[in-house]
Amino acid sequence: MEFFQHVLNALQFGSFYALIALGYTLVYGVLRLINFAHGDIFMVGAYIAYFVAVLLLGGEGMSGLGVSPGVALAITVPATMILTSLVGVTLERTMYRPLRRKGADRLYVVITALMAGLMLENGNLALLGASRKSFPELLHKVIWTFGNVSVTNLKVIVVVAAIVVFVLLEFIVSKTKIGMAMRGISYDKFAIPLMGIPLDTIIVFTFILGSSMAGLAGILYAMSYPILEPYMGALIGWKAFIAAVVGGIGDIRGAIVGGFLLGFIEIGVVAVFPSTLRDLFAFSVLLGILWLKPTGLFGVAQTTKI
Amino acid sequence: MKAMTIKVLVAVLALALGAFALMGCGTDSNVIKIGFNLELTGDIPKVGEASKFAAEMLKEDINSKGGLDVGGKKYKLEFVYQDNEAKADSAVNAALKLITQDNVVAIIGPNSSKQAIPAGGACNDNQTPMVSPWSTNPDTTKDRPWVFRAAFLDPFQGPVAANFAAKQFGAKTAAVLFDIANDYSKGLAEIFKVEWEKKSGAGTVVAFESHGTKDQDFSAQLTKIVAAKPDFIFVPDNYNQVALIIKQAHDLGYKGPFMGSDAWGSAELMTLCGKDCIGQFFSTHYAAAGAQGATKEFIDRYTTKYKYVPDDVAALTWDATRLVLQAVQEAGKVEKDIKAERKIVRDALANIKEFAGITGTMKFHGTGDPDKCAVVVQISPEGKFEFKESVCPQ
Repeated sequence: MEFFQHVLNALQFGSFYALIALGYTLVYGVLRLINFAHGDIFMVGAYIAYFVAVLLLGGEGMSGLGVSPGVALAITVPATMILTSLVGVTLERTMYRPLRRKGADRLYVVITALMAGLMLENGNLALLGASRKSFPELLHKVIWTFGNVSVTNLKVIVVVAAIVVFVLLEFIVSKTKIGMAMRGISYDKFAIPLMGIPLDTIIVFTFILGSSMAGLAGILYAMSYPILEPYMGALIGWKAFIAAVVGGIGDIRGAIVGGFLLGFIEIGVVAVFPSTLRDLFAFSVLLGILWLKPTGLFGVAQTTKI
Repeated sequence: MKAMTIKVLVAVLALALGAFALMGCGTDSNVIKIGFNLELTGDIPKVGEASKFAAEMLKEDINSKGGLDVGGKKYKLEFVYQDNEAKADSAVNAALKLITQDNVVAIIGPNSSKQAIPAGGACNDNQTPMVSPWSTNPDTTKDRPWVFRAAFLDPFQGPVAANFAAKQFGAKTAAVLFDIANDYSKGLAEIFKVEWEKKSGAGTVVAFESHGTKDQDFSAQLTKIVAAKPDFIFVPDNYNQVALIIKQAHDLGYKGPFMGSDAWGSAELMTLCGKDCIGQFFSTHYAAAGAQGATKEFIDRYTTKYKYVPDDVAALTWDATRLVLQAVQEAGKVEKDIKAERKIVRDALANIKEFAGITGTMKFHGTGDPDKCAVVVQISPEGKFEFKESVCPQ
């Protein structure tokens, strides 16, 4: 029975990796840019969710608007996704686009992304202080127990959300016109504008999609682990990036599979071996996968991605 | 364009050099400088904040009376605060900066053993007295004549926790969850394990699991622990992780008790943990609820000034700083040369045999480690840390 509990835990944590990995993969697929600020956009998403929730519910010395938790959740989710995507678009407009206009090499844009991430972290530290925030309870927690297996309603929501997001993105990218344009840019960034497709609009749309997923991940993460701190995005961001690479960066299925794979490996290692060895074992396994398939599970060497 | 770039570079360099030059100035013969190496940002910011608040209160007390009386002359106190970001390497840098640039007489902190062990090495090598208020790991002061502390040690705390849990919960088996990257947590977990198995027989620690400092998901470790069916879980972790661990254990259906250690005792524990922590026990340095005498006076003044009840770190910083100031006074004079001054302060510190602190009486036996009592507290439904039992060294 312990086995099923571990599977549930792995599904939950894998969902977070998958949701964040999707943002890396979308931006990489279109721009060939590794957006290292993405983990911190996720952190910003969690903080935005916190402020929206506190504004609605009250707490931390604020009276709030006094709405019921259910309504608050219904407002917080879309509000957080919209506000977080604004942050992502702002980064694109103020940092990546000027460099792209000047024809800077991708390497410089990647370094800019790293700096953007550090700015978000330390900006948050300067603005809000080092003290942690305790996320208010938006959802009444229900624990279902089947034999020895316990699952909370939140866990189910997290896993369902990851799968729904995957299906949605897969549909957008493969079935819609804008998705076709995204694939087109990934294929040839110079020919696409000649066909009358607005390059910048498509890129902005990509950032909106990726960042709103980070926002969604942020709110779900804050609900599951209700303690927020400025550096919370760094480690999970890196790990999600690794998940995206192992899945084959640029491929949406790769991000989902990579995310769940990392979740299962991490939890599985702890379940079988002493927990001290977790990261060592987990990343050795991932290294082994990359060794066998350097482009990742779904990756194809430098051809059309996304 | 090129010339412009060079001009900008030169300007930046000049500014930086100017800033360095300024730092060196400002030594005043009527001032005694004490350095504080604190966790102001990073994982445990509330710890650093509490330390700083307590120190500020003490400084205002003394400076408002004209300063510290050393050999008939009054000296104003100046406290220099350095942030060590709750990281081991930053703690060493902060210590070196206090020693070489700020020219402090002595250093208070770091608090957590993770930072105090490496910083203690730096202070000892540079012959500067250091007093850690909160560090309980033996390695902080071991073979370091220049390093002292105001807290009890883990080899004492581990058995206190083990004995209390055995008695209170009637427990036969225990599980341990600790932070592998934190010297304090790891050391205490190992001491506890040895002590528990000595008491209850081999194999009675049914699960011994670890996690990393930045981890927020403990579900895999806790699933293993819950499946092992321990009578209680010992969690020698920092308060921020404790909040997540207890919540997740409850999500996984665990209903038994937890036993904690002194790193739980932050004023922020209850804001983060909420109702999940109510009723749990932990060993600590003092109990704020129901304190008497000087301790109560400190608590009342701190609460009025900063609007929350001081945690053990605040009280221990108060004691540690007073310990250093007493040593400065007992040295009888203030040497002009900072190295000589540090030497006489260290000797005076080593000569203190007994010190009546607000966290209890400390007895020193020629090492930097005091003998003092520990208390076990229970978290009340109002979120107060209520006195349960006091355990003193034999």
